[in-house]
Amino acid sequence: MDLAVVDLSRLQFALTALYHFLFVPLTLGLSFLLVIMESIYVMTNRPIWRTITRFWGTLFGINFVLGVATGITMEFQFGMNWSYYSHYVGDIFGAPLAMEGLMAFFLEATFVGLMFFGWDRLSKVGHLAVTFLVALGTNFSALWILIANGWMQNPVGADFNPATMRMEVSDFMAVLFNPVAQAKFVHTVSAGYVIASLFVLGVSSWYLLRGRWTSVAKRSFTVAAAFGLASSLSVVVLGDESGYALTDNQKMKLAALEAMWRTEPAPAGLAAFGIPSVKDRETHFEVKIPYVLGLISTRSIDRPVVGIFELVAVAEDRIENGVKAYDALEAYKANPKDLDARGRFELHRRDLGYGLLLKRYVDDPRKADRATIQKAAWDTVPNVPLMFWAFRIMAGVGFLMIGIFTVAFILATRRNFQTRWFLWAVVCAMPLPWLAAEMGWVLAEVGRQPWAVEGVLPTFLGASSLTVPQLWATIIGFTAFYGALAVVEVGLMLRAIKKGPFAHTLPEPEDDAAFDPATA
Amino acid sequence: MELPLDYATLRTIWWLLLGVLLIAFALTDGFDMGVGALLPFVARNDEERRMVINTIGATWEGNQVWFILGGGAIFAAWPMVYAVSFSGFYLAMFVVLSAMILRPVAFKYRSKRPEARWRAAWDWALFIGGFVPVLVFGVAVGNVLQGAPFRLDTDLRAFYEGSFFGLFTPFTLICGLLSVAMLVLHGAAWLGVKAERGPVLDRARTFGTVAAFASLALFGIGGLFAAFGDLGFRIESAVDANGPSNPLHAVMTAAPGAWLDNYGRHPWMLIAPVLGFGGVVIALIGLWRRSDALAFGGSSASTLGIISTVGLSMFPFILPSTIDARSSLTVWNASSSHLTLFVMLLGTVVFLPLILIYTAWVYKVLWGRSSTAALKTNPDLY
Repeated sequence: MDLAVVDLSRLQFALTALYHFLFVPLTLGLSFLLVIMESIYVMTNRPIWRTITRFWGTLFGINFVLGVATGITMEFQFGMNWSYYSHYVGDIFGAPLAMEGLMAFFLEATFVGLMFFGWDRLSKVGHLAVTFLVALGTNFSALWILIANGWMQNPVGADFNPATMRMEVSDFMAVLFNPVAQAKFVHTVSAGYVIASLFVLGVSSWYLLRGRWTSVAKRSFTVAAAFGLASSLSVVVLGDESGYALTDNQKMKLAALEAMWRTEPAPAGLAAFGIPSVKDRETHFEVKIPYVLGLISTRSIDRPVVGIFELVAVAEDRIENGVKAYDALEAYKANPKDLDARGRFELHRRDLGYGLLLKRYVDDPRKADRATIQKAAWDTVPNVPLMFWAFRIMAGVGFLMIGIFTVAFILATRRNFQTRWFLWAVVCAMPLPWLAAEMGWVLAEVGRQPWAVEGVLPTFLGASSLTVPQLWATIIGFTAFYGALAVVEVGLMLRAIKKGPFAHTLPEPEDDAAFDPATA
Repeated sequence: MELPLDYATLRTIWWLLLGVLLIAFALTDGFDMGVGALLPFVARNDEERRMVINTIGATWEGNQVWFILGGGAIFAAWPMVYAVSFSGFYLAMFVVLSAMILRPVAFKYRSKRPEARWRAAWDWALFIGGFVPVLVFGVAVGNVLQGAPFRLDTDLRAFYEGSFFGLFTPFTLICGLLSVAMLVLHGAAWLGVKAERGPVLDRARTFGTVAAFASLALFGIGGLFAAFGDLGFRIESAVDANGPSNPLHAVMTAAPGAWLDNYGRHPWMLIAPVLGFGGVVIALIGLWRRSDALAFGGSSASTLGIISTVGLSMFPFILPSTIDARSSLTVWNASSSHLTLFVMLLGTVVFLPLILIYTAWVYKVLWGRSSTAALKTNPDLY
């Protein structure tokens, strides 16, 4: 296969996924913030809360539509760029995607129109119910996509079928209740709630600093502070749950994000700082906090955390077994009545994926020599420095968020909305949770390399049989197109923020002066 | 575990469900796209355009999910078809995606700024978002009928040996134009139901009439190609409808004219092409008599008929191969496993009726004609 095609396909997937993931978390969180705000409106019956709901609803709409639009690419990209992956695991991976459509997309997309256009056509409670269904739909959508993704991280409930040359489901409940998927879901949606809370908090702070629309800003600030505090606490607690899930299922990912080259005797310490070197296979200038890693990842002080060298040795053994599985599979393919081959395959089937890692170097894994097997075993180590730093940025921002929302919550309960240094700090911090979320994505997806599906299918085998020019054409196309949409989106967001919460009561057309951030 | 439905039955059900999804997509998002394609021609000023956009403004988003669900369902139920077709038609898919991304953004962003140039640009985006996917889908269906130049190796990895420009032949272009004509008629009929009476509606009727005649002609020419062109494939070996999903076991050959075989064996299937032609005629009568419901019913029936004709003609083929007939994908050799098909069916049985119920409720709440007068009083409108 052409490795350039694989690399470009990965680049395209990363670009489109990271871009898509700018909009999705905000949608996840804002939808529930809308539900909270509108609930207050229904309960108190005060028109200001209706104004508040509609204002954030406008921003929700501008953002939502790009989440939907870029999501279309995500779904079809599997077939376009990862067709062998789609064939190989479609039997399992396709089902949650279809369920996402049936259960989540229809709900949110059908009701989102009514949410915007139904204010005068529905009762108050009716409209609140519609808003709630939109929020429910977007969050269900995250559930199903993370069940699909969780399966790629921890492929449970499925076996390879030699008759169809692909993975097939054996236990749907195992796929559904995959512990990795559950941990990822709660962690990811909480992160979305944090992003949305800080977005609302930040815009409100901006209004407070400028002394504009303070009636709306103070109330929004209070709601965002409370929701954000709860979410930021749960994102860290549930992120810890995610880390615990790695201990059993993705030891290599855990070792890589800690840049832990050798097994750490129990209780393992957490590296607070260090410069991981891939060339030397060690981490320079490491500063360790004792006990913490052991507590996070094993929930004990007496179990060690396995290091990269030891895991590579395990991978080497599994590759050798995988070659046996591959050999048996070839014999079975040549003669499906060969019961001996079938028996040998059953014996080693769990390691078939490891055998396939050799295809990067040799067409027939059975012809690989010792050195090649060792090289392939080292391929199972993801990009250590990237993992190391991505994790630290993500976790650092996570803790910072708890701090910010704690202060915001205290200020809001004291009805103090004039602490200017804090308001400025919130405005400046607005991009940070996005950064953390993108780093989280990097951690999860780069962390499972070289696997498309952990231990089952190497990423490089999953790609379509495309050509380099085809891929460049679409990468350039998507980049230009997405770039232009980003400019338009941010422009409209800023414009809507500048217009403020009472804009919809003003007559159109408005002043059409170009937006100038300096005077906003 | 013993499942209550056998594999062959489930495969047939999923083939039918795929048809249901595609038809539902064409019927609902079809009029959205038809309206998009008509937008620059039926509406001449900003007020008229906003009125037209608001006939679909609150519901296009839900309608578009049929497209997304269609993709997800093919992935889940026919992973091989998903893998082969989307990578094979790579650049065409990219064109469709771009247009499908442009459309939601255009709806949402168009009226956010007052400048004429801004709005005109998004109006063209809406036109592209309506016209381009419909044309490409039609061309794609033409290519599916014609067969695609792909082969599978023994690992079932797909290799595609065609080019982007190879997708366009006289036959596939006719299919593409038929697709446009069919949905422009449907969009015009929708405007009849949903737009206020006046000049816009009159123009829509004119374009609808032209599209109807084009539909009749193009569907007829398509039929002639099926009868006298070199279209068609046949399975020569015994078929094990309960066998594992592996295309390499059957013997299949190109057989010109074979797409008409099913009608000889099962004459009841003729109901599909009859509906295809008859629906257009009914729509025409509706347009002339200014009976909006009749026109919309007719255009819906013709869409249903034309798409069903394609599916029934090809059955059990889903995607034949022109360079290696043995690699052709059929209902019996390209599906998901027995268990996946069954579990997915359970999900569908629960959720599809729910979707239909709440979608119907939303349409009921939003019932009524879109008008230019409402634009001045309702700030929520696009």
